[in-house]
Amino acid sequence: MSTERLLASSLRELATALAEGRTRAEALAEAALERAQALQERLNAFITLTPERAREAARAADEHRRAGNISLLSGIPIAHKDLFCTKGVRTTAASRMLAEFVPPYDAFVVERLAQAGAVSLGKTNLDEFAMGSANEHSHFGPCRNPWDTDRIAGGSSGGSAAAVAAGIVPVATGTDTGGSVRQPAAMCGVTGIKPSYGRVSRYGIIAYASSLDQAGVIARSAEDCALALTAIEGFDPRDSTSLERPVEDHAAALAAADGRLDGLRLGLPREFFAVEGLDADVRRAVEEAARTYEALGARLVEVSLPRAELAIPAYYVIAPAEASSNLARYDGVRYGYRAPAYTDLDDMYRKTRAQGFGEEVKRRILVGTYVLSHGYYDAYYLQAQKLRRLIAEDYARAFASCDLLLAPTAPTTAWRLGEKGQDPVQEYLQDIYTIGANLAGLPALSHPCGFDAAGLPIGCQLIGPYLAETRLLLAAHVFQQKTDWHRRLPPL
Amino acid sequence: MPAIDLDRLAELARIELTAEHAAAFRADLERVLALVDRLQAVDTSGVEPMSHPLDLPQRLREDAVTEPDQRDVLLALAPAAENGLYLVPKVIE
Repeated sequence: MSTERLLASSLRELATALAEGRTRAEALAEAALERAQALQERLNAFITLTPERAREAARAADEHRRAGNISLLSGIPIAHKDLFCTKGVRTTAASRMLAEFVPPYDAFVVERLAQAGAVSLGKTNLDEFAMGSANEHSHFGPCRNPWDTDRIAGGSSGGSAAAVAAGIVPVATGTDTGGSVRQPAAMCGVTGIKPSYGRVSRYGIIAYASSLDQAGVIARSAEDCALALTAIEGFDPRDSTSLERPVEDHAAALAAADGRLDGLRLGLPREFFAVEGLDADVRRAVEEAARTYEALGARLVEVSLPRAELAIPAYYVIAPAEASSNLARYDGVRYGYRAPAYTDLDDMYRKTRAQGFGEEVKRRILVGTYVLSHGYYDAYYLQAQKLRRLIAEDYARAFASCDLLLAPTAPTTAWRLGEKGQDPVQEYLQDIYTIGANLAGLPALSHPCGFDAAGLPIGCQLIGPYLAETRLLLAAHVFQQKTDWHRRLPPL
Repeated sequence: MPAIDLDRLAELARIELTAEHAAAFRADLERVLALVDRLQAVDTSGVEPMSHPLDLPQRLREDAVTEPDQRDVLLALAPAAENGLYLVPKVIE
């Protein structure tokens, strides 16, 4: 098997090839870098490639292996969303504000994957400060979908999803505040998991909305997501919301699976399937996936999430409010961009922020400022937080009669670049299925379940109760043993 | 929905808005606020606001210095710094 072909296989297969001496980390890194560079103009999946660092890390991985010191991820090429701080490598958040920012430290996730011997190729494209559902709002230009380069890759972690789908890396990191791991995974035909809030440390992730932000992984299968998640989870005292619990070996539970899901109760939220704007092909594919789960032994039950539609307005109050506070730090004083000309300190702040932030970021900061301002705080911000509790309670009630929820990941497949650019609300409405898990802090994943008439991938979403990641991954793994949607490769 | 005082918002957010951009921002903000206004119709009396998914108290740690001194490293990131200080335009006449 050629090295390039090998790159399109799973993390598990790559690890086996390395362990059996059929390839070396250096050869994999070279092939991955070559593919990344060859596709960069067409996909724009990367903001920064770090070939020298990758080669150095690969050489170290090969040396460690010769010394008999190996972890499963040792020598595996990966990529990080450019929202994770990387020591000595610029970390831009796809913003002009941080276009030259070189962090003095690594994010927890970056540190853990480096310790495991994974070889990072560089930093992937995203919507500026993770604000978007298309990866069109990037200072470095939009990321394109490997299945159709005239279309969006999804967002905000579009570059990571595109890099995995295009066979550049078997796994990449992402973050998910309102669907930013799951939605691009669905749009690009790959698998992505957003863990429970608190499972993965947020240390070193550039903050967007802190009560919703969570790190996750995108890969070509649930099994690979399980392996990568185990590598990045665990307690970190540097994140005050990090859970003090032992790391779970999710992949071991998958290995013990017998190919059946007997007794698993899958809840289908009836409101999700009644959403106006749910594409007919997406509905058909997700319902077909539900029947496949049923054939595997799962029992389908209808459940209700009565306030499902209100998740969007609640999210688009809470997230901008937290963003307006988090992004107040970009003032042109301590790091990042500073306007070249100004009259006084206040003028320097105003011009720095006007020039450093893109349009969508400014929109969200202004919305956040509005909902937090005197006179509107109770009507918007406090009301949204009360709705958040009601929505979380709806999920808890649904889980009284089922083990996992099954839903579409997004109402449509990937749209054309520029198609929704005129009205931000049209893009916000795409988040209907993903936002609830963030508001409630629940784990959720998206896996491929078919294609629409235009040949674009469709994602099926599973949402679990708090800390039920293993159950989610196991269900998707059994599905993927029975189906081959996740093995399809884009025509690049 | 009350009228948006965009100048006031831009002032609070410290973002300079040019006249040409202001019209577009106003239209966008009106659309977004019309969307989030749907919250108003919900009866939430007696509901406790949820500020966070974890209903746990914040973890406490020893009151001890744990951060190493990185002054020079951090100051090197600043657009303007001198003698261990961040430089900004003159504030006091």
